[in-house]
Amino acid sequence: MNNKEPFVRMSKRDGISFGKAWEIRLGAVILSLIVCALVIVLITGQNPIDVYKGIVDGAVGTNRRAWVTIRETVVLLLVAIGLTPAFKMKFWNIGAEGQILMGGVAAAAFMIYFSESMPNWLLLIVTFVASAIAGLLWGLLPAIFKAYFNTNETLFTLMLNYVAMQIVTFCIVFWENPTGSNTVGIINSATQKGWFPSIFGNAYVLNVILVALVTIGVYIYMKYTKQGYEISVVGESQNTARYAGIDVKRVIIRTMMISGAICGFAGALIVNGSSHTISTSIAGGRGFTAIIVAWMSKFNPVAMVIVSLFLVFMQQGSIQIASQFGLNENASDIITGILLFFLIGCEFFVNYKLEFRKNKKED
Amino acid sequence: MTLIFTFIQKAIGQGIAILFGATGEIITEKSGNLNLGVPGIMYMGGIAGLMGAFFYENSTENPIPIVGMIIAIICCLLASALGGLLYSFLTITLRVNQNVVGLSLTTFGTGFGNFFGGSISKLAGGVGQISVMTTASAFQAKIPGLSKIPVIGDLLFSYGFLTYIAIIISLCATFFITKTRAGLNLRAVGEDPATADAAGINVSKYKYIATVVGTSIAGLGGLYFVMEYLGGTWSNNGFGDRGWLAVALVILALWNPTNAIWGSLVFGGLYILYIYMPGLTRATQELCKMLPYVVTIIVLIITSRRNKPENQSPGSLGNAYFREER
Amino acid sequence: MGEVNAIELKGVTKRFGEVVANDNINMTLRKGEILSILGENGSGKTTLMNMLSGIYFPDEGQIFVNGEQVTIRSPKDAFSLGIGMIHQHFKLINILTAAENIILGLEGAPILKMDEVRKQVNDLTERYGFDLNPDQKIYDMSVSEKQTVEIMKVLYRGAEILILDEPTAVLTPQETEKLFAVLRNMRAAGKSIIIITHKLNEVLEISDRVAVLRKGTYVDTVETKDATVDSLTEMMVGEKVTLDIERTEPVSPKKRIEVRGVTVKNTEGVTVLKDASFTANSNEILGIAGIAGSGQKELLESIAGLQVMEHGEVLYFSPEGVTEKLSEKKPEEIRSLGVTLSFVPEDRLGMGLVGSMDLTDNMMLRSYKEGKSVFADRKQPRDLAEEIVEKLEVVTPGVDTPVSRLSGGNVQKILVGREIASQPNVLMVAYPVRGLDINSSYTIYNLLNEQKNKGVAVICVGEDLDVLLELCDKIMVLSAGEVVGIEDARTTTKEKLGLMMTGGHKGGKKHE
Repeated sequence: MNNKEPFVRMSKRDGISFGKAWEIRLGAVILSLIVCALVIVLITGQNPIDVYKGIVDGAVGTNRRAWVTIRETVVLLLVAIGLTPAFKMKFWNIGAEGQILMGGVAAAAFMIYFSESMPNWLLLIVTFVASAIAGLLWGLLPAIFKAYFNTNETLFTLMLNYVAMQIVTFCIVFWENPTGSNTVGIINSATQKGWFPSIFGNAYVLNVILVALVTIGVYIYMKYTKQGYEISVVGESQNTARYAGIDVKRVIIRTMMISGAICGFAGALIVNGSSHTISTSIAGGRGFTAIIVAWMSKFNPVAMVIVSLFLVFMQQGSIQIASQFGLNENASDIITGILLFFLIGCEFFVNYKLEFRKNKKED
Repeated sequence: MTLIFTFIQKAIGQGIAILFGATGEIITEKSGNLNLGVPGIMYMGGIAGLMGAFFYENSTENPIPIVGMIIAIICCLLASALGGLLYSFLTITLRVNQNVVGLSLTTFGTGFGNFFGGSISKLAGGVGQISVMTTASAFQAKIPGLSKIPVIGDLLFSYGFLTYIAIIISLCATFFITKTRAGLNLRAVGEDPATADAAGINVSKYKYIATVVGTSIAGLGGLYFVMEYLGGTWSNNGFGDRGWLAVALVILALWNPTNAIWGSLVFGGLYILYIYMPGLTRATQELCKMLPYVVTIIVLIITSRRNKPENQSPGSLGNAYFREER
Repeated sequence: MGEVNAIELKGVTKRFGEVVANDNINMTLRKGEILSILGENGSGKTTLMNMLSGIYFPDEGQIFVNGEQVTIRSPKDAFSLGIGMIHQHFKLINILTAAENIILGLEGAPILKMDEVRKQVNDLTERYGFDLNPDQKIYDMSVSEKQTVEIMKVLYRGAEILILDEPTAVLTPQETEKLFAVLRNMRAAGKSIIIITHKLNEVLEISDRVAVLRKGTYVDTVETKDATVDSLTEMMVGEKVTLDIERTEPVSPKKRIEVRGVTVKNTEGVTVLKDASFTANSNEILGIAGIAGSGQKELLESIAGLQVMEHGEVLYFSPEGVTEKLSEKKPEEIRSLGVTLSFVPEDRLGMGLVGSMDLTDNMMLRSYKEGKSVFADRKQPRDLAEEIVEKLEVVTPGVDTPVSRLSGGNVQKILVGREIASQPNVLMVAYPVRGLDINSSYTIYNLLNEQKNKGVAVICVGEDLDVLLELCDKIMVLSAGEVVGIEDARTTTKEKLGLMMTGGHKGGKKHE
């Protein structure tokens, strides 16, 4: 029979209830966990229940592990929050990696050169400002060219990541410690100058507080300020923006400065607040993962917290699994990759519905 | 003088992996798909080839180089084509944003490569590094006779066969894009899918095929790196940022595979220039290494300043095409 | 007779929702003739032709090609029947050459033989008297050259029946002459041609017969030799329809906006507005009539500060007697002068509103900058949105619904409501009732009248002459980017306006 009607048709949903959308996403998460389990079982030959026990154990098994998971979650969240204004404007900033690195370099420089000359609280504030400015400049450059020449921002910001990486290695040459190691080592390991102070006896509480502040700040900025409103109009339609008297070029440049500054600040959060050293791997792909976090969460901060936590939880857990079975830690990248494929794929089913062709004979 | 010849020889060695990646990515981008998963694909292609050869060499007493080579190539092509298929399925059929899928694929692919590169021999019950000397020897074999000619032999004939294949593929890709009917249709799809659709061209089919073929070619770049450059071993993150350089080379080559041939030589040269530049300190060496990216940014800015439209990126690059939303 | 017709339409009907675009059309195209299809905007010409080229499928009726009943479901079907349509919006790939565009999508040998294609193209251009370099890239071409490529695409595929949708709208008089020569050559070669147009002089010049459509219905087909400009205009515009729009006498109108010699070129360098000069008074509605694309959009956008002008100036005379120059100022600068200029653009969701935003946020588009606070006030916009929903009876689930989910009439009410809410001194509206049902249309008319009585200078671009005649105080006619004249809406006639719009009025007296 030559039936012209295709077997499946897809049509755009007119709008989906909040609950239904999250049902679909939850389904994707469960499916992705099953696939991850299968992959792990295939490689290690272990009972999948044990594997997931191992993952939970690795992520939150001890107090320390739980705090590491929290620390990593807030960094990822901060970068995703930083990308939000740019993405809301439909500016594809995939240069967060570079902006983090530039912020990290600035932070390390201040820790190294100014630790003697000011008290710790002042040093921290100055470091924050410096790292934000470094990230801001790294975001400003592609924004100017986008605004005036319409230069492709995706490719521009991508290339800048590697320029930033070389700047980091350049600086490492000067800051090498011990000489010949090609690493900077732990900065101020004796004095702990420029390190985040412990609050309530925990080293990472300040990280959480700072990220929470920035998150709330960006949320308010995007939702309630005039500038935030301008960003959404420019993102939806530049034509309408001009009609409403919005200076599109200025909004592009201003927004990217904000986006870059937050990502740069994330560099300080990593250097001052957790690693206490600088290397090319401090960003560690977070700039890329955060894009996916921001995109998947549709810029909803609560969703961003959930997605970041989920990804980091699985990453930390799979690092534990890998070391338990003597495998290398890149297992977590595979797990992250699989999770991402399912999560981004499921958005299709949130936005579209499939209608299968009815079999007429059976009807 | 010999220093310059060695430099060129090494630059070619560095450039070929990038050339594979760039040629593949040009074909993909010509269909309007910006596949940022290419770095991941190259890792996947490399490790898949290596694993294929590894299991083959471990399973027989006397492995034959040619058989290992064929197995390695097939595994590499399969893995990278699968990666391309996944990208296509997510971006074309499920309509997910191209950047998001590409970056996920790079995260996945890089992890895939490093994980298996680091763990496969342990999983197989052995110890230490994987090494597939026998298969690698087939990849590294030079052209007998010709390579013995002084100077010219070193400069032109001292490479394994993949080097020549890379150049042949690039030339063929240019021929395909500019001289064939399918190539014409492909350019139309990438430039303006709605118009191509109206002309009766199956846009999705072209996007799928171009992406899968593109990733298969790019995967060979990874295979080249592990087999010929590293001699059949794996070093974690050893491939480094060459995948992104391939994406950069696409821009430098102005989306023309033939340009990518000399462009890969330039990038390969810039990549190792610091070793040959006299009087560089370690610090300035690092600055020297950022040159390929700086050059690419400059080219990107120049091309966006409206010179010839055919030298710019394909019109619909990065945008999805859905017919019913016209 | 005896000879079969190239195309015969019997009872063809097409509906879009509740709107009947074509109602029971019966029409024939004879072999080897040039048939003009004449009608105002919205009379259903393009819809009808799109059914022949496979873009739409008729709801009722039959189509016969060369005497045989056919079903045309896709452009491919149309091609295989030898029907080729040249659309108003060209479908060409910019970076490819003319020859490459011509063969795009065709089956054939895997390796291109461009030499052969070039020769075939040259043969065709020679046969019909075209002027085309097959190796020229599209981005290097003028509009008329692009049109030539479109026609060649159709001929290369062996079309025997050509349909041209307003081919002369984008051409200069010289280029039009050239096109007509080519069309005559094609007719001599036995091709059957339909040309959609509303330029009467061209109809009389080129066609053998003229078919007239009015508001979706078929009026008649006449031999061109028996037709005159007047008889065709009458057929096209029909009897005047009385609409009962309340119109008050203007109370002491004063000069509010003066446009002096404004000239605008589009991105392709074509002059779309030529030396336009006129004044718009307070307490009056100035209608602007003209065929679509005669420069209306550019004119309004020039006043709103959204258009780069070649030369000319726009002056504003405030009720307090201050004169401000608006030209060369951006919208925000005009606003900061205290000039309240409201603008309802033609592209409602692409320019006037943001489709994905809700009603409240769309209200903010005009007002968000008010006040010194960094925070945007959402309270007032929300109240305004609620007020508009209530007053104009907008059908919406609530003020938090994205406007793209609303129907066309409701979208327009929101846009007009917002623009009026800022209590403008000048209100410009483009096609305010396009796509609206009768009730919504009257709501809009009443709003415009209300503004006029409040002392606002209203400028209204419209397409329905009946409406303009009853709504406006004065009607300015634009033709091909030029101001042809300004008529008193109370005394002028539909026929006269029709003639002015279609260029049939050439040489007539020009208002200054």
